[in-house]
Amino acid sequence: MSKHTAVHGTFALERTFPSAPERVFQAFADPKAKARWFAAPADWEQSRGKMEFKVGGKEHMSGAPPGQQQHVFDATYLDIVLNQRIVYVYEMHIGAAKISVSLATIEFTPAGKGTRLVMTEQGVFLDGYDDAGSRERGTKGLLDQLEAALR
Amino acid sequence: MLNYQAPLDRAFQALADPARRVMVERLARGPASVSELAEPLDMTLSAVVQHLAVLEASGLVRSQKVGRVRTCRIEPQALHGAERWIAARRASWQRNLDRLGEFLAETEDQPKRRRKT
Repeated sequence: MSKHTAVHGTFALERTFPSAPERVFQAFADPKAKARWFAAPADWEQSRGKMEFKVGGKEHMSGAPPGQQQHVFDATYLDIVLNQRIVYVYEMHIGAAKISVSLATIEFTPAGKGTRLVMTEQGVFLDGYDDAGSRERGTKGLLDQLEAALR
Repeated sequence: MLNYQAPLDRAFQALADPARRVMVERLARGPASVSELAEPLDMTLSAVVQHLAVLEASGLVRSQKVGRVRTCRIEPQALHGAERWIAARRASWQRNLDRLGEFLAETEDQPKRRRKT
């Protein structure tokens, strides 16, 4: 593809968990705990690199949907406030192509005995991401994805 | 700078309604007339037309009137690559946060291993 484009997008998700902010934060901070939930879909072949949870620390993950190209996630932590906030930047590659660079902010606030988590992602999406796989799956696949996103 | 968020929001909003999802699923199998779309739905034709207007405004569906029959079809290009990617990132976060909730619930019962950080 010879056309170079940069499209900006932002989205935010909010969840309330019955667990205290310390526990929710720990699920992001402790590599073993994070591996339990932060992962690619179950049918992907995936591998996980080191995770250094400190400002300037890196995290690396990769995985591929069955029969498709490798998706690679590379993050650098930029800001960590214990039990309150995590900011990191990450880039995604699919095969050799750099698809996006995003800034992710995770905020933890007490909500009664639980925690309100707000996840905001601001990204730049490069060169017209063309997910051949999803195109093959057709419109139905896209709609499934949208529906999943709505839940 | 282009902002692709608005069309994506419209698409999400359009699909938030169960009747509209039925219509879109029907159209995913091929073009259909308004009355064909209305068939499985327990609602008046004018209600179906209103839902169709929302789907058309979202860019997910377009329709064309030939003679007396309005034929509707899905618009596969409705979401550009970037929008699909944002939708994929969003879906991936939703999935992970679901799992985080399960993980927290599973480990809540276990004896607390307090960590000094």
